[in-house]
Amino acid sequence: MSRRQFTLPHRVSTEPPDDTGCTVLHVDMDAFFASASLLARPDLRGTPVIIGGSGGRGVVLSATYEARRFGVTSAMPMGRARRLCPSATVLPPDHALYARISKAVMATFRDWTPIVEPLSVDEAFLDVSGALRRSGSPATIAGAIRDRVADEQGITCSVGVAPTKFVAKLASNLAKPDGLVVVPRDEVVPFVHALPVAALWGVGDKTEEVLLRLGLKTVGDIAHTPLDTLRRALGDASGQHLHDLSWGRDPRTVQTLREERSIGADSTFAEDVDDAVYIHRRLLQLSDKVAARMRAAELMGLTVSAKIRFSDFTTVTRARTLHDPTDTSRVIYAAARDLFDGLGLQRARIRLVGVRVSGLIPASTASVQGVLGEPDHGWRDADLAVDRASRRFGAGSVLPASLVTGARSPSRSQDPDLSLP
Amino acid sequence: MKFRVERDVLADAVTWVARGLPSRPPVPVLAGVLLDVAAEGTVTLSAFDYEVSARMTIPADVSEPGQVLVLGRLLADISRNLPDRPVEVETSGNKVQVTCGSSRFALLLMPVDEYPTLPASPEPSGSVPGDVFTQAVAQVAVAADRGDTLPILTGVRVVIEGEQMTLLATDRYRLAMRTLTWSPGATDASHVALIPARTLSETAKALGAAGAIDLSLGTAAGGEGLVGFEAGSRRTTTRLLDGDYPKVSSIFPSSSDTEAVVSTEELIEAVKRVALVAERNTPVRLKFADGQVAIEAGSGDEAQASEAVECVLTGPEIEIAFNPAFLLDGLHAVGTAHTRFSFTQPSRPAVLSGQAEVDGEADTAYRYVLMPVRFAS
Repeated sequence: MSRRQFTLPHRVSTEPPDDTGCTVLHVDMDAFFASASLLARPDLRGTPVIIGGSGGRGVVLSATYEARRFGVTSAMPMGRARRLCPSATVLPPDHALYARISKAVMATFRDWTPIVEPLSVDEAFLDVSGALRRSGSPATIAGAIRDRVADEQGITCSVGVAPTKFVAKLASNLAKPDGLVVVPRDEVVPFVHALPVAALWGVGDKTEEVLLRLGLKTVGDIAHTPLDTLRRALGDASGQHLHDLSWGRDPRTVQTLREERSIGADSTFAEDVDDAVYIHRRLLQLSDKVAARMRAAELMGLTVSAKIRFSDFTTVTRARTLHDPTDTSRVIYAAARDLFDGLGLQRARIRLVGVRVSGLIPASTASVQGVLGEPDHGWRDADLAVDRASRRFGAGSVLPASLVTGARSPSRSQDPDLSLP
Repeated sequence: MKFRVERDVLADAVTWVARGLPSRPPVPVLAGVLLDVAAEGTVTLSAFDYEVSARMTIPADVSEPGQVLVLGRLLADISRNLPDRPVEVETSGNKVQVTCGSSRFALLLMPVDEYPTLPASPEPSGSVPGDVFTQAVAQVAVAADRGDTLPILTGVRVVIEGEQMTLLATDRYRLAMRTLTWSPGATDASHVALIPARTLSETAKALGAAGAIDLSLGTAAGGEGLVGFEAGSRRTTTRLLDGDYPKVSSIFPSSSDTEAVVSTEELIEAVKRVALVAERNTPVRLKFADGQVAIEAGSGDEAQASEAVECVLTGPEIEIAFNPAFLLDGLHAVGTAHTRFSFTQPSRPAVLSGQAEVDGEADTAYRYVLMPVRFAS
């Protein structure tokens, strides 16, 4: 779904919305990083504030609504954001604070229903169908959640209430900031039909282009296009999918446990880099981070992929499947480095590198084929020791020597990291 | 150039010579087979791709000597499918005519002068019985690496000290070693060669039917970096792999705590069945106790299987997990009615060797060292 904002379609009825059967809530914190950072800087309330790396290559992670009014959006290069809104205060992100608030907010949700599906640190789907008898109608619950989050955390959130996930997410988007939108069951179809096609889940720039070429501007247009035509234009699966969505049909249920398909981390260089040694070092740092996260999640993976984005934003990804599943930094790094070297780049300017491990299986069932003549204690044991040290003395207390850059722990990179869980 | 030859003789020779020809050679002439027709009544067929050369001389009724180069695989396919009659081969213009009964084929001539010179015919350094050599190579080549991460591990290491020849291969997960006696030309023969495993197995299989295989190594092969094989009228050379082979002497456990003897065939059948539920990258688990070895595989809620096979155990019980494919490779390779397993610990390598009788002695001429699978947590 596109990140763009859509205006709220006019409600057909003037009655208070009937929330019967609207058991899916989508809760989204308003400008989460910005609001959270302002807790420590109440003096900046009501002024434009941007959260993100302040370096030349920083990216906007979040911005207050005052800054957004100037056109500042998430993921925008910091340089551009500063030009759009020169009066804004730029604050560095405090991920530890965000994680703490996120955890508390998710715990609050669980006071109403155990069926909570976190989508990221600042948004979640809730299924409240089991809480109605105890806590009242979905809209009542949504209101109570909003009040409690505001009281306990001092930040606001917006909630969409609808019969399906897809509509609930649209609704919360329209409720922003600090609002509540209920889309009653009977109004789902007129509601979605009034939206532009780009609002649909699964419609990105490419698909939107195809749809616009067919003269389909609104979701209503899609709904009234023969299914066969959509299938021909978009392929069987996505044609069917869009047709279902356009009539408000979304079979996805709220899943408490989202199975991780892959674990990865990306890192943008402060300046474009062509030095292989420097890039290797960054790959090592990312591999270290990914491996530590895999071990924390008790997962092992079989496929390592490396992502390289060049200065012109073209991106290549190369993957290799290993002989045995791994969660060891060294093994992931060796594969990532090999993949990078295998590209045979001759001083190409590189903007971003990423490392990802997929084919995840629980570590408890993973088996590893031993190698003849291997030492009794391998790199995995070293990694486990590093994990223990990190738990006690903080992340980055033990590092590969090539990553030590003085007093400051380099594992907390100065570069913005867009790959937060 | 003109000669007449029996269909079977031609088909056999072309198939042998052309067997290793690349389907997409870097230079077109390398897809060819060179026919050297001599006035004294022989045709010598040869093929060469800079790695492997093959040569065979067959008797023929020669009317006109000469030299031609034609597409090897095509000529092999044609000669195998011809009716069982004498085959007549002759040049006509820029083609070679192959006539047999009422079938006729015309093949385009390839430029002989662009064809590389084959390595010189090697002088034998000694000989080994064909059946012994073929079995030994098959036993060892199974453990060679098939991947491309470490090219030297795709080879079989041949070490010759006087009358003893040792073949060894490992892919780091298992190691196979076989010793055998051969008849060297000189009693103080001493050679080390790393031969690509795939080529060596194909060569050994193709030459094994002959009574004895002559081997040429070192300078006798016409230069370092080559090994030559000759059996009957077939001759072949192979380029050796270059590089330092890892030290492997420390791999063999010096002692064992537990020994178990099982029927090879019964264990193979049981492991094959149980392994059906072992998904990719999951092992079969073997629990050796006195009287029987329990084999099981599968985990969680998907599927499980278990089976037991009789075994004679000396020493403490042991539970150990193996990659089923690696275990089966070893069991197939021992080639005897019974297999002896020697263990130290569940995390240390196990050694498989063959023995004829349950209560007999193990034949340590062949040993297959297998590293177990361990669980990450």
